[in-house]
Amino acid sequence: MSDTDKSDENHIGEGGEPTRRDFIYIATAAAAAVGGGAFAWPLVSQMSAAGDTRAAGSIEIDLSKVSEGQQLKVLWRGKPVFVRYRTQKEIDEADAVDIASLPDPETDDARFVANPEGKINKHMLVMVGVCTHFGCIPVGEAGDFDGWYCPCHGSHYDTSGRIRKGPAPKNMVIPKYTYISDTVIKVG
Amino acid sequence: MLKTMTKTFAAIALVSTALFAGSLNASAAGGAEAKPEAQKWGFTGPFGTYDRLAMQRGYQVYKETCSSCHALEHLAFRHLGEKGGPFYDAKYPNPNDNPVVKAFAKEWEITDLDQDSGDPIERPGIPADGFPDIFPNAIAAAASNGGAVPPDLSLIVPARVGGVDYVYSLLAKGYTDVPHDFKLSEGTNYNKYFPGNQIAMAPPLFEDAVEYADGTKATTEQMARDVVEFLAWAGDPKMEVRKKVGFATFLFLFIFALLLFMTYKEVWRNVDH
Amino acid sequence: MSGPSTYEPKYAAERWLDKRLPIIRMSVDFMGFPSPRNLNYWYAFGGILTLCLVAQIITGIILAMHYTPHVDLAFDSVQRIRRDVPFGWLLQPMHAVGASMFFLAVYIHMFRGMFYGSYKNPRELLWIIGCLIYLAMMATGFLGYTLPWGQMSFWGATVITGFFGAIPIVGESLQQWLLGGYSVGNPTLQRFFSLHYLLPFVIAALVGLHIWAVHHVGQNNPIGIEPKSKSDTLPFHPFYTMKDAFAIAVFLMIFALFVFYLPDALGHADNYQRADPMKTPPHIVPEWYFLPFYAILRAVPDKLLGIILMFGAIAVLFVLPWLDTSKVRSMRFRPITKWFFIIFLINGFILGWCGAKAPDAIAIPIGEHGMTFKWLSRISTLYYFAYFIPILPVMGWIEKTKPLPESITKAVLSGDA
Repeated sequence: MSDTDKSDENHIGEGGEPTRRDFIYIATAAAAAVGGGAFAWPLVSQMSAAGDTRAAGSIEIDLSKVSEGQQLKVLWRGKPVFVRYRTQKEIDEADAVDIASLPDPETDDARFVANPEGKINKHMLVMVGVCTHFGCIPVGEAGDFDGWYCPCHGSHYDTSGRIRKGPAPKNMVIPKYTYISDTVIKVG
Repeated sequence: MLKTMTKTFAAIALVSTALFAGSLNASAAGGAEAKPEAQKWGFTGPFGTYDRLAMQRGYQVYKETCSSCHALEHLAFRHLGEKGGPFYDAKYPNPNDNPVVKAFAKEWEITDLDQDSGDPIERPGIPADGFPDIFPNAIAAAASNGGAVPPDLSLIVPARVGGVDYVYSLLAKGYTDVPHDFKLSEGTNYNKYFPGNQIAMAPPLFEDAVEYADGTKATTEQMARDVVEFLAWAGDPKMEVRKKVGFATFLFLFIFALLLFMTYKEVWRNVDH
Repeated sequence: MSGPSTYEPKYAAERWLDKRLPIIRMSVDFMGFPSPRNLNYWYAFGGILTLCLVAQIITGIILAMHYTPHVDLAFDSVQRIRRDVPFGWLLQPMHAVGASMFFLAVYIHMFRGMFYGSYKNPRELLWIIGCLIYLAMMATGFLGYTLPWGQMSFWGATVITGFFGAIPIVGESLQQWLLGGYSVGNPTLQRFFSLHYLLPFVIAALVGLHIWAVHHVGQNNPIGIEPKSKSDTLPFHPFYTMKDAFAIAVFLMIFALFVFYLPDALGHADNYQRADPMKTPPHIVPEWYFLPFYAILRAVPDKLLGIILMFGAIAVLFVLPWLDTSKVRSMRFRPITKWFFIIFLINGFILGWCGAKAPDAIAIPIGEHGMTFKWLSRISTLYYFAYFIPILPVMGWIEKTKPLPESITKAVLSGDA
């Protein structure tokens, strides 16, 4: 604010009180900021997942194709989904774990979705086969806990896909899925 | 102090090579597979070139034994007759005119469109065509091969740790008796050089599987050597010209550096430094 | 540092131009810029790096004329460049090897700066701009390595973008925003291509600032004392242009050795396989120039802490000018710190070695089992940070430095420079 403009009747003076002119300046700057922000928003958010990418969201998997002790790998949203037909031994191992000792505590039962009869099939483990560390695909029937082992940075998962040892922070993700019939599930 | 720094520089050069070697070892360290046997090849070294006759025999081995399952995705028939290729003929600088290449191309069926009706048709190949895909897609390839997709062979040599020695060892020496304590899964074969030792491919080469026109005895080792020579070229077809230009480049850089050094000394002649 | 202009237009045309656009005056003053007379070959890497940047931009623009940034076509288009495009067999390896050479030169340039204390007052900003260039180079290198769409491209991109997923609360949305989807895919490849094309020009702009800054404060030199008289300096041209040109020719021989005779030596066999989102290669390793940071990342068992340490290892470089409390610049006059620096240098190589190996493999066979790479990288990471805090600040306070020469000229004439 300069004092040279003597004719300005709204100029209150030395006290530092905001004047009408200050108000106009501030309002103009604020409008510019709002306008700039509004213009920048589309420039930034164009990078989010596009409509076709979001649409490629759900798949059906026929569980009867997997035999006991085998694993099926299906691509879903660019990531593999593991369908593992667990043996009784693997289920027992998963149940025997002390939940409190886990880095990401979760019971084995909580990692299943009920079928139309309201029961869970603990033989059919369905999960996103992506290591929660940096997204590599773990190798099955490997590691210190008979489950999965991620070769990238050495994370060990148990037979329930829960993290037990290594740098990964979380259990492998259980995708949202529903039973369409006894043997077919819909993922996503 | 300059000495220390010079040593450091040498160390950087050394370590960068060592790191490379290290990364190779590390990726091979995963399983119980054997280290490939080092072979002598004529195309290694700064002046090495491919053996044209071996490549020609190798192409025959590929055509008669490998091509039922393995594609050459990045090769066209014309590449066979290009300078540096197995069937290059100085009389035909344009490989599309090379009669040998034309004849080879004709042996393959190419899917095309009928120019009048637009219906898909099969026609004999011409030199400009790429080697056709063996299977329509990866799922079909896996389905007809017990779940394992036969890899593309045009990059098999650079795409494998151990390169030519690995491919040769796997083909010629890898199929041995299964060790007693080894549990082999159904539909796989034991191969001592394959990572994990269980390979879906049945032993592809056996004595006299092909009959060489030049009378060379078709032993398993001979066929493996020949097909590896061909595949080495398929993976790096410009190697010969690259080495030639490289030599000229070094010659130039050496003379140029010498001249620059003399100029530099001349400019600095009267300055203590 | 830059004195009054020494340019005198000789011809009428030059005078005419000088009055309207003094571009010749600017160039003459720029090239005649007084440089300390005792610069050694380690100071040639500035020139070498300029050449690397220009070479990468030229080969890169040419490759972009033939490359296709699409998940179904990228891998094939690179093969087409190498097999069918005239001189593609030369230009593609030049660009790929060129990236490695660029990093080799920048590491030597940085270690040179650290050894001679080139980051100290008044060159703090010069150093920081340099760090920004290094950061932009790392981003460019990473983006570029994704483009051939081989196995290592894909999984390298997956692991690195996974870093962002580790950020609490916003991590997952941020990662999806960066990738343009749920995983690395076509939108990712296309934006990486766009940014890989853009960033080199950002680097070029930063290099402009870097050169401006060095012309403003003057070059440091091996004995680390400022030039005091005219006899301490020489005009940059022809003295250092010729010295740099010779060094560049020697550097080009190393470059040519890799391009023509070892084009795959610095890459990975896995990258000759098309990217496959269903199959992780058994051993993911970054390019050699990222290995030390990769080792730091893996040294700790916690994901977030690993990332923080890795970025911290780069961030600490930015505050180096204020961590080194010594009044003396050059390590030549710091008898003890010099050895800490040499250990730091060797430690860098050890970290790189750890980064290339599986964490649970045995590095040093001692005792019953031996020391694994995980533990070796932990010790090395500790030393990496210890060099910056507390070694540098404490040594600056307690070390008794050797006496400094009176001037550059005296040092040169007595053979100490």
